[in-house]
Amino acid sequence: MSDAAAAAVVIGCSAGGLHALRIVLAGLRPQLPAALVVVCHTGSEDVEMLVGLLKRDCALPVSEAGERCQLLEGQVHVAPSGYHLYIEQERRFSLSIDPKVCFVRPSIDVLFESAAQAFTSKLAAVVMTGANDDGALGLRAVRARGGLAIVQNPAEALAPAMPQAALNLAGADHVCQLAEIAPVINRWCA
Amino acid sequence: MHNIPMARPEPEDVEIELFIRALQLRHGYDFSQYTRASFKRRVLNLVTAQGFGSISEMTGRLLRDDAFVAPLVAGLSVPVSDMFRNPGVFKALREAVFPLLKSYPNLNIWQAGCAFGEEVYSLAILLQEAGLYERTQIYATDFNDAALARAQEGIFPAREARTYSENYLAAGGAGSFSDYYHARYEHIKLDEQLKRNITFANHNLVADGIFCEPHLILCRNVLIYFTDTLQNRVLSLFRDSLIRGGFLCLGNKETLDFAPAGKDFVAVDRRARIFRRASSNQ
Ligand SMILES: C[S@@+](CC[C@H](N)C(=O)[O-])C[C@H]1O[C@@H](n2cnc3c(N)ncnc32)[C@H](O)[C@@H]1O
Repeated sequence: MSDAAAAAVVIGCSAGGLHALRIVLAGLRPQLPAALVVVCHTGSEDVEMLVGLLKRDCALPVSEAGERCQLLEGQVHVAPSGYHLYIEQERRFSLSIDPKVCFVRPSIDVLFESAAQAFTSKLAAVVMTGANDDGALGLRAVRARGGLAIVQNPAEALAPAMPQAALNLAGADHVCQLAEIAPVINRWCA
Repeated sequence: MHNIPMARPEPEDVEIELFIRALQLRHGYDFSQYTRASFKRRVLNLVTAQGFGSISEMTGRLLRDDAFVAPLVAGLSVPVSDMFRNPGVFKALREAVFPLLKSYPNLNIWQAGCAFGEEVYSLAILLQEAGLYERTQIYATDFNDAALARAQEGIFPAREARTYSENYLAAGGAGSFSDYYHARYEHIKLDEQLKRNITFANHNLVADGIFCEPHLILCRNVLIYFTDTLQNRVLSLFRDSLIRGGFLCLGNKETLDFAPAGKDFVAVDRRARIFRRASSNQ
C-alpha cells in the first residue's frame, strides 16, 4: 500500500454541481500530487453514476471514497450518498450516518472541518455552485488552520447562494470563474 | 503512517482525550476506539446543546454527576435508522438467507445496535411473512438505554409511514405495510404481536461478551463508528457467537477488510454485505 497523500483538495458543490465539477476536473493535470475529495449533493441513492460521469473528462482516476481507505495522491475520491464523509488524522476516510447537517448528508461542512484538522495548511478547499449555505462553516475552519480557500464567483454560479454564503462567512484567497479553478489548484500543488 | 508529521495537539484534541479517559475511569464507558473525527463532532455538539463553554467543563460535570451519564451516552450514540433501510438488503435476506434458515427447527437472530428498533421490526415483519417468526427468538441490543426503551414501544412518527411503506414493498413485502400498524396522534404504533418473540436488552459491543448462538446477526452501520481494533473485537465476538455457517449482515458501506477476524467470514452477497461464518475455523 502506498503512503497516504501529503496534501489534499476538497471540493463541495450542490445544485449545478455536476457541470461545474466536470469543468474543474477536466482542467487538472495528471498525477497531481494531492488527493481530491468531492462532495456533491445529488439526492440520488447511488453515487456510481456520478463517478461514471466524472470519469469521462478527467485525467485522474475517479472512484467512490471507500470506508477506511487511504486518501491517495492523484486520485479523485467521491463521497458516497447518504453518509457523512470524514477524514481521520491518519488520512483515511471514515463514514457515519449521524443526522443530516443543515438538511444534507453528506455535508460539505463535515468533510471540510475534518479535512482541516487532518491536513491543516496542506489543504485547499473549493466551494462552488449550490442553493444552500453548506460549506461556509467548513471553509472558515479550513482558513483558520492555514488552508487555501477557493470560491467560485457567485455571479457566474448556476446557484449563487452557496459560494456567496462561503464568501460572507469565510472569505477566500481566490474568487474565480469556473475555468480558472483548475489552474489555481494545479499551481497550488506544484 | 510515518509520513504524517506529528504536530503539537490542539487544545480541543487534548480535551477530548481527557473527556474519554474520565468517562472510562469514572463510569466504565470506553469510547477510545470510536473513529475520532465523527466522535469529536458529536462531543462538540453536546457541549453546545448542553450549554457548556468547553469540553473540559462537560468533563467536570460528568466526573461529579452520575445522573449526567445517561443523557451523555444517549447523546454520543447515534440512534439514526429507518425501517427497511436499503430495501435491497432486506430483499436479499428474504431471498438468499431465509430459505436456508428454514431447515432449522429453532432460530436465534441477534440485531446489534438496534437504535429505535426500526430494523428489528422490519425483520420481524419479513420473518412473519416467510412463516419463520414462530420458531425465532430475536435479540435486539444496544448500549443506549433510552433508545432501547423507545424501541420497546415501537412508535414512530406518522410522516415516516410513506417511506417505510415504499421500502417495505421494495424489500419484497407480501402484503401492505399498513397491515402492521395503527395510526394515531400523528404517530404509527406497530402491531404488538410483532414483538412477542423479540427481547430488547442492553449489550455493549465494546465490553460485553457472547450471550446467544445466533443463526443470523444483523449489525448495520455500527462498525463504521469503530476503529480497526474495535471492529476486530466485535467481528471476533460475532464469529464466536454464530453457529457454524451462520450469517452476518453489515451496513452497505462496511467492509471486513481492515480486521483480521474478517478472514473468518465468506461473502454470500457482496452488494448486500451478507457473509457467512467460514466453517473451517474452530
Ligand atoms: C447509526 S445506528 C444504526 C441503526 C441501524 N442498525 C441502521 O443501520 O439503520 C448505530 C447504533 O449503534 C449503537 N451503538 C454504538 N456503539 C455501541 C456499542 N458499543 N454497543 C452497542 N451498540 C452501540 C448506537 O447506540 C446506535 O443505536
